[in-house]
Amino acid sequence: MTAGARVVAALHRGRTVALVPALSIALALVIGAVIMILSSPLVSGEFDPTLPVTAYQAMLSGAFGSFDGVVRTLVNATPLVLAGLAVGIGFKAGLFNIGAQGQFLIGALTAAAAALALNDASPFVAIPIALVAGMLGGLLWGFVPGALKAYTGAHEVVVTIMLNYVALAVLSWAISGPLRGQNVTFARTDDLIGASLPIFLGRDGHIGLLIAAVSVPLASWLLYRSTIGFEIRTTGANPDAARYAGMHPRKLIVFTMSLCGLLAGLAGASQLLGEVGYMTASFSTTVGFDAIAVALLGRAHPVGILFGALLFGAMQAGSGNMQILAGLPVQMVGVLQATILLVLTAEVVVRRLFRVQASGPELVELASVSRSYGGKGTG
Amino acid sequence: MDALFDIPIIGLVIQFAAYIFDQFPIVAPIIAAAAVPIVLGALCGFMNERSGVVNIGIEGMMLLAAFTAWWTASLSAQLIPTGPGPLGITPALLIGLACGIGAACLASLLHAWLSISLRADQIISGTIINIFAFGVTGYLNLLVSQHAPPAAGQFGKFLLPGSITELPLIGFLVKSFISIGPIAMSMLISVIVLQVLLFRSRWGLRTRAVGEHPRAAETVGIDVIRLRYRNVILGGVFAGLAGAYLTIEFGNAFQSGMTNGRGFIALAALIFGRWTPIGAFGAAFLFAASVGLERSIRIAPPTGSLGEILTAVPGQFYGALPYLITIVVLAGVVGRSIPPKAVGVPYEREKTGG
Amino acid sequence: MTPGAHNRAPALLEMRGITKRYPGVVANDAISLEIRAGEIHALLGENGAGKTTLMNVLYGLAAPDEGEILMEGLAIKIASPHDAIARGISMVHQHFMLVPVLSVADNILLGDEPMKNLVFVDRSAASARIRELGASFGWEIDPERPVGQLSVGWQQRVEILKAIYRNAKVLVLDEPTAVLTPQETKEIFGVLRRLKAEGYAIVFISHKLYEVLEIADMITVIRRGKVVGSREPATTNEDDLAELMVGREVQLTVDRGESHPGDRMLEVEGISVNDDRGREVVHDVSFEVRAGEIFGIAGVAGNGQDELVGAVTGLRRVHRGTIRLGGDDVTRADPRRLHKMGVGFVPGDRQRFGLVLSFPLSDNLVLNDYYHAPYARGLVRDDDAILRNAEAVIAKYDVRTPSATVPSQTLSGGNQQKLIVAREFEGDVRLLVLDQPTRGLDVGSIEFIHRQAVARRDTGVAILLISAELDEVLELSDRIGVMYRGRIVEVLDGRSASREEVGLLMATGGRTSGIQEQIVETAS
Repeated sequence: MTAGARVVAALHRGRTVALVPALSIALALVIGAVIMILSSPLVSGEFDPTLPVTAYQAMLSGAFGSFDGVVRTLVNATPLVLAGLAVGIGFKAGLFNIGAQGQFLIGALTAAAAALALNDASPFVAIPIALVAGMLGGLLWGFVPGALKAYTGAHEVVVTIMLNYVALAVLSWAISGPLRGQNVTFARTDDLIGASLPIFLGRDGHIGLLIAAVSVPLASWLLYRSTIGFEIRTTGANPDAARYAGMHPRKLIVFTMSLCGLLAGLAGASQLLGEVGYMTASFSTTVGFDAIAVALLGRAHPVGILFGALLFGAMQAGSGNMQILAGLPVQMVGVLQATILLVLTAEVVVRRLFRVQASGPELVELASVSRSYGGKGTG
Repeated sequence: MDALFDIPIIGLVIQFAAYIFDQFPIVAPIIAAAAVPIVLGALCGFMNERSGVVNIGIEGMMLLAAFTAWWTASLSAQLIPTGPGPLGITPALLIGLACGIGAACLASLLHAWLSISLRADQIISGTIINIFAFGVTGYLNLLVSQHAPPAAGQFGKFLLPGSITELPLIGFLVKSFISIGPIAMSMLISVIVLQVLLFRSRWGLRTRAVGEHPRAAETVGIDVIRLRYRNVILGGVFAGLAGAYLTIEFGNAFQSGMTNGRGFIALAALIFGRWTPIGAFGAAFLFAASVGLERSIRIAPPTGSLGEILTAVPGQFYGALPYLITIVVLAGVVGRSIPPKAVGVPYEREKTGG
Repeated sequence: MTPGAHNRAPALLEMRGITKRYPGVVANDAISLEIRAGEIHALLGENGAGKTTLMNVLYGLAAPDEGEILMEGLAIKIASPHDAIARGISMVHQHFMLVPVLSVADNILLGDEPMKNLVFVDRSAASARIRELGASFGWEIDPERPVGQLSVGWQQRVEILKAIYRNAKVLVLDEPTAVLTPQETKEIFGVLRRLKAEGYAIVFISHKLYEVLEIADMITVIRRGKVVGSREPATTNEDDLAELMVGREVQLTVDRGESHPGDRMLEVEGISVNDDRGREVVHDVSFEVRAGEIFGIAGVAGNGQDELVGAVTGLRRVHRGTIRLGGDDVTRADPRRLHKMGVGFVPGDRQRFGLVLSFPLSDNLVLNDYYHAPYARGLVRDDDAILRNAEAVIAKYDVRTPSATVPSQTLSGGNQQKLIVAREFEGDVRLLVLDQPTRGLDVGSIEFIHRQAVARRDTGVAILLISAELDEVLELSDRIGVMYRGRIVEVLDGRSASREEVGLLMATGGRTSGIQEQIVETAS
């Protein structure tokens, strides 16, 4: 195949692949509009059928109406790409990593600890070390449920959720104890100056953006071009066959969960060092959960995850504008995201509704997530 | 005796036992109250998983019910202001309870539709319910609390004659576990009823068959899809009770995300309890006990060397204890606790045959 | 009673022009069938011919696209098994429809429970009736025993009781003898004859010619979803039926020639293996397979064969004894090491172990070789080499597929198995472990795989064959080991062993204690 033909084929494939998610998003926005209209009496005291128009307009202009808005979208998408990969790669191995949130928090916390220790050091030393610390923290938080799943059979769904709460407790302890700042009025760390990520784009486009951008092709290569990716995908699609073929599903589960934790931890570190600048108890409470939505929206494919993250990033970037102009709380974005997911899960209905024949790519590896719940996972 | 206390570890263990024994009458009601939503959540999981459907969405269903019960009770209280009757019952609270249960059942219906009819992945379906519940209740709570709705109050407790509750030794047990509110009481009754029904009734027999081998059940004329739908939706009743308990019996206010993982702990209790109501009931108390321990150490820390050690441990550790126990229990018990065989596998009526 | 075509009783049940389509296949193409009371009607056809689909239509498990069902001359609608049961139709399925954790009584009364009141089941009355019913066949049944603890033969009996308990008039049995020993088959035939005499209409599904000839009053042959002929046993023979069933003349046995056994290739010495629940189910088993011979293991399913295979192929831990391959100790070897040492393995459950159904053919063909040259350099896969390999193999083994990149789930069962055979038989193979290599396949695929196996034997490969199909073991093996309750109780010469001899060993382990007492002991 020539390069041109490859591009055409890829575009064609992209169209069939993106059709169902695109229609789902459209349908979800319509349902979201209905929710807005129904809740409009609570917003403005009276029934307002035009509320969705105002809201969507405001959201759109907030996200794309200005250069700063676009950068905001990209910055918001950055942790979602990394954490989305942390969920998506897990899916490929038949693992449901609901623990991206905990890994994200622990990653941010270990990065904060490293950055505080290196606050006076040169950024060339402090930044890499803080990022690596974040990755290692996340890795640890992914390794534990991976090892428990592989060697005791404890299902990763419940274990990772529990670890999310434990991560919150650890965070709360750290910032009110050992990492608490010198002259702060509430539980938080000092400002992390030494390791703060440099801005290279607009007002707040930090280099974490580049890390996220590079991670997408890297993840693609890992999953689809490398032998390890083949092992991961085989374990996800059929763990019994993987064992039969001489692979080691248990080790792969531990490896994959650790890798997922590492990515989520990196997301936390990047968000902390590039965006927030200090650690608090309310540090980015939903990234890990939005990442699940992003991974599902992107069908666990790295490129799909990139697009999913951009969409969610844009919605968040526009939410402030929406609150100002339409009076809708920013939490409306959470409702919209949940609705998109819901419609996507009922995609059979979407296809019937729009009479779409082409089936989207199926996430076959997911079947083993639920199956393994009944104890039929790895041998 | 004092000499024993000086021996490291053994002394501490003895001190700890004495402390627990001493504190138990005080924390028993706390433990009982903490166990109620976990048991009810586990009963919801029981209804689902015994018929072959995984329900990760219990947390979200509880949250929806908690918000709906509180909000509708508050709205009704504005419309029909009446004084509390026996047990603190008002029409507003009953309406709230009904609406809370209704909301959880609607979420269950959604779960049933996604996972039974559309055969979507059951864990994803449950996760979406969680995300959706978290988003919607957070959003509405923000809108609603702008107008500062009046409190609707909460259910009271069965009062027992003082001569019983003041009995030595067992008086506090009676007080903690019998002198409870109507929702907690419904939990106790449900556990017993479901346990009996599971092993003796036609419904129980069919449910077990459908959860283990749906195809076999279908071939003897049982409608697998209908039974699963019915059980999943009925399961919503228990999630509804669990949620309502939090906002109109145990407390009287709603906070965003207030279920705090109880729905997931309930799942662990179900696994630990080997998928039986009684077992889940027992397991829930293990988790609740850790809540009691935390409270007790905070309110009345032990004295002496034990106290020094326990109070030196950061409070967050005790807060995380139920979650840590859940992980340990899961890691230790899975494999020995065998789930219903068909759990997590969508049922297809027609499959290509030879 | 062998009534002629014209003076037979009117049909109790009639299926008219039944057509059932699945995506890409017409499973039943305008099939008509008449079933009479007091008659055993055999439905003969090879695997995949559409017999089970037809019966699923009759039983309400599949909705027909066209056609109608009449009972005593009146059109009836059967939308679910519930309707079928209400009409007096009962079915014993090929894969038992029993819930292992429930008791015998619960399994039998499930769906038709006698009630004490609105809520509670009246178990004591049911137990008494089940005991009585069992006794009438001479079976001593313990209604409280969990079905999962029973042997296959007893599960079959429970299935039959289940059908009779529901007061059926029509009894459909789908391949009821597939898992039984010849002696058990004889007993079941006795039961069927008695039920026939009591006026039951019986449909007997099978692909075994001699069984059909022995038991049936009427034989209808189905090929590729169509009725291709009807015969009465008296007017036909095995060759005629075989040709009708397959559509061409078939050689019923492979011409395998003499074997020339060489050195000891696989030596199994006193191994014991546990099942998934940690119970020892293979006890102190020893045998050897020489290069250039086929060693077959016969036995009723569930006598430890699966665990034995797991041990030999490195999927299951051996906790006592040793396994050697060409002299090297491989007791603890994992599947990858065994593969490198020249062990090929065709697993019994091909969709669970042998293939990743969602992956393309090309990936499945390198499932155990993906990590080394020429399919990978370092960590990087070479997709072109993987594709070239697939195209070569597809051509060589005549795998019917539109391309090498379609998911393997789109292939028929026969072609899926060819894919596995192609992967495992190629290369430097010293030992082949064939576990149920032809289960559920059509005659053409069976012939192909049998010929390949014999050809590999003749090139000096040692072959360990495990099959629940006694006929297959008898047909291919140079030596036969009979497995009973986790032990190899006897090793026989493959050419001189008779069906009856092996069957008796399978059923009793060599002790002449009769078939009645072979409930598998569990908590051992």
